[in-house]
Amino acid sequence: MATTTAPAPKVNRIGLPVVDYRGSKTTLCAGCGHNAISERIIDAFYEMGVQPERVMKLSGIGCSSKSPAYFLSRSHGFNSVHGRMPSVATGAILANQTMQAIGVSGDGDTASIGMGQFAHLMRRNLPLIYIIEDNGVYGLTKGQFSATADIGSKLKTGVINDLPAIDTCALAVQLGATFVGRSFSGDKKQLLAMLKAAIAHKGTVMLDVISPCVTFNDHEGSTKSYKYMQEHEEAISEVGFVPFFEDIAIDYDAGSTYDVTMHDGSHLRLRKLHEDYNPSDRVAAVKALMEAHHNGEVLTGVFYIDTEKPSFTGLLNLVDEPLATLPQERTRPSKQVLSEIMAKLT
Amino acid sequence: MATGHVALDSSGVDAGQPVSGSSKDNSGAAQKPVINDFSIQVATVNGSGSQSANSVLLRSIFGMGIPVSGKNLFPSNIAGLPTWYTIRASKHGYIARKQEIDILVAMNAETAKDDILSLPKGAVAVYEEAANLKQYRDDVICYPVPFDKLTAAVCPEARLRKLVKNMVYVGVVAKLISLDLKVVEAALRRQFAKKQKAADLNWAAVEAGYNYAAESIAKQDPFVLERMHATDGKIIIDGNAAAALGAMFAGVTVVTWYPITPSSSVVEQLIDYLRRYRVEPDGKATFAVVQAEDELAAIGMVLGAGWAGARSMTATSGPGISLMAEFAGLGYFSELPGVIFDIQRVGPSTGLPTRTAQADLLSIAYLSHGDTKHVMLLPGNVKECFELAIEAFNLTERLQTPVFVVSDLDLGMNNWMSEPFDYPEKPLDRGKVLTAEELTKRGSFARYKDVDGDAIPWRTLPGTDHPQAAYFTRGSGHNEKGLYTEKPDDYQNLMERLARKFETARTLVPKPVIVQNGKSKIGLIAFGTSDFAVLESRDQLKKEYGLETDYLRIRAYPFTSEVHDFITSHERIYVIEQNRDAQMLSLLKLDLPAAETTRLRSIRHFNGLPIDARSVTSALVLEEEI
Repeated sequence: MATTTAPAPKVNRIGLPVVDYRGSKTTLCAGCGHNAISERIIDAFYEMGVQPERVMKLSGIGCSSKSPAYFLSRSHGFNSVHGRMPSVATGAILANQTMQAIGVSGDGDTASIGMGQFAHLMRRNLPLIYIIEDNGVYGLTKGQFSATADIGSKLKTGVINDLPAIDTCALAVQLGATFVGRSFSGDKKQLLAMLKAAIAHKGTVMLDVISPCVTFNDHEGSTKSYKYMQEHEEAISEVGFVPFFEDIAIDYDAGSTYDVTMHDGSHLRLRKLHEDYNPSDRVAAVKALMEAHHNGEVLTGVFYIDTEKPSFTGLLNLVDEPLATLPQERTRPSKQVLSEIMAKLT
Repeated sequence: MATGHVALDSSGVDAGQPVSGSSKDNSGAAQKPVINDFSIQVATVNGSGSQSANSVLLRSIFGMGIPVSGKNLFPSNIAGLPTWYTIRASKHGYIARKQEIDILVAMNAETAKDDILSLPKGAVAVYEEAANLKQYRDDVICYPVPFDKLTAAVCPEARLRKLVKNMVYVGVVAKLISLDLKVVEAALRRQFAKKQKAADLNWAAVEAGYNYAAESIAKQDPFVLERMHATDGKIIIDGNAAAALGAMFAGVTVVTWYPITPSSSVVEQLIDYLRRYRVEPDGKATFAVVQAEDELAAIGMVLGAGWAGARSMTATSGPGISLMAEFAGLGYFSELPGVIFDIQRVGPSTGLPTRTAQADLLSIAYLSHGDTKHVMLLPGNVKECFELAIEAFNLTERLQTPVFVVSDLDLGMNNWMSEPFDYPEKPLDRGKVLTAEELTKRGSFARYKDVDGDAIPWRTLPGTDHPQAAYFTRGSGHNEKGLYTEKPDDYQNLMERLARKFETARTLVPKPVIVQNGKSKIGLIAFGTSDFAVLESRDQLKKEYGLETDYLRIRAYPFTSEVHDFITSHERIYVIEQNRDAQMLSLLKLDLPAAETTRLRSIRHFNGLPIDARSVTSALVLEEEI
């Protein structure tokens, strides 16, 4: 009698099924944009074939910051304190620069309480993927405006926001991040391509992902709702990504497309959708962002990329191995060194 | 009029005037010399370059083999405000601050009047001739010196005179107290080791001062030095450098900081050492140093690095400690290693940033909201700054909790003599870390489970190549597996285990230093830099009042059992500390059965100056009604 065997599960290039990239069950609201982002993170690491044990997940406090529990459960995770994920990530990466690190923050966690650490993280160009799950409100405290809420946008209670929004992408470009983009949790294709490119980049990647809060900010009058995004999303570029392990001989029009060779040999292909688009020009990036804002558009895509600037770990000229596990012979100088120092002090 | 007053001076001699050789010899004859037991205070203007001169004086006395200590009382200012440096030579080896000044070098016109008025009768004042300080005191021995004239003669370049003038007083004082010029020159050449020209210029200034004093000052005071051999083989170092050395020999790999007085020199000196001794032949560093954007980031980086397995540290002072509160709670609750050096200064708030205190104890012990308790190590001298720094790194990884090394400005920023430091023979204790192989052997892993009964769980590091190695660290409620929980039992079990872990810490931290004869009813308890004053005060109490005391110096919190035993074996315990609110006494009270707390008395010193023996002795004598 013929026996049938279950088909072998689909695996990625290192032989792992996608289930090995999943996390525990989400406790966020059904329909929350953050869950879609977690899904894309799972897909990106799976498709790039990153060993989950080689990843560190970090976050601050808030709905967004809970989400690292919902992806990559085989990676070490650290849900730290409000607005302080950048410092924790900095320490962790310095301790072990051989790891891939992804940090998840929210608009409150970044643009209000965490603004200082955010600014200095960008400035250092620490090799970290920094994602803002941006919904314009504080969810866990039940719906107060955050600092990325647009001026004139309305809370469910009818309260109008009368302060201007902080554009985290413009800030990141100005402060020194080397890969800056914005996406939308509902734009699967774009977000996945950007996340994969982020994995291939060595330096600070700052992705502001508009991620609607279905409970507190998805109504008429909100500028961070699904409906508003569907109507106002304006891509500056079409994001294509060819990983280093795939054939790159796909044609593209050099006149309309920027081809960026990433640190790991992957290629990021940015097809111009806007006049004057130049992802290596910081001034142009900030200008485009400000103009879009003025026109009531939510600009998405990769705004700026620089693969040349040294990362923070590069600047520190660290030994290749993780500092964390260097043996005593390399971290405790010899008895002779102490004698030498003592002799100079007599 | 002023000169007329001088003429009527009780000493009968205007010491500033050239006198004949015979009168020079006679002038001090009536007095019994005071040998190797006096203090010098130099009053200058901040930023005038007197540091080098004072350092040369200190090193010269040290070079004569005489126990010596130096204290810099400086303002929170770049340049222009008054600053004082006191040097104490003591044949008995007392290195605490001494209240009385024996020799004043008044180089700051602005404070000169107050400076001379504060001197005890019979003290010496050296000052710029033109200041005519003699008008204020006729019971002080005055040696006016034409500093400006002498300086101008050896230093043609006018802009350097402000600096070089300081070396003139070194020369004058050297002659007055019989410093061996060869020793002074060695100290000076060492100070300007890499600057031959500066060394020569400054040496000319020393000689000018020396020669002037030899020719023109008739010594009338009794203060002199005689060679000893009490400093043979000893070193001079500040506590912050010692702590930095300790950190390097503890194998620190991640160092973060935000500059703050008086802790900055911990990291600045550490950077120098690391660059010299921890760069590999290929030029790559076995360390990372980050100047953070603030203390919140500094401690965040420390804990992130500790979580990922590095030996990490930061150094700060009171205001930084306040800012670190939230992260300290995370470190305690999520069980993260990291070493925090607190070089205490006077608080609250900005306080007196350049003055010393021991007033951060209570805030550190319970730093952060919720039920939190932290381990503190309390070095009492520079050698312990080195040793306890090493111990702190071992303990923080063993206990998986932040460890605070609590020093102070007096210890950290002043130069102290010490026995040379011993090389740490004990290997680094990296604590309970599971490798992939061990994980396979065990078969399972729960991050927060107490498997050994000491309340210290095992951890894995990010990057451990095993599918079960990962766990989720969080500052929110977590169960033994690190999973989120709000269940009453889970929370209570965790908090009770953390309390048990603190009991384990009690058995691992450094034990106190105890001096007792078993007969005294009175026990003294102190910690940190109060030690120097207490040691001297015990001698005063014995010599002057016939009072024997036992003494225990605390070196860590939580208190080991020896502290409890010492308290219960004495009728009265005096807790001596440098803060207003008796913070150490409060911590002891919290630890003791209520009935035992009545033994405790308090002696406190909190004016920003280092505690001195006389203050301790007087307070104790008053309390004991002797």
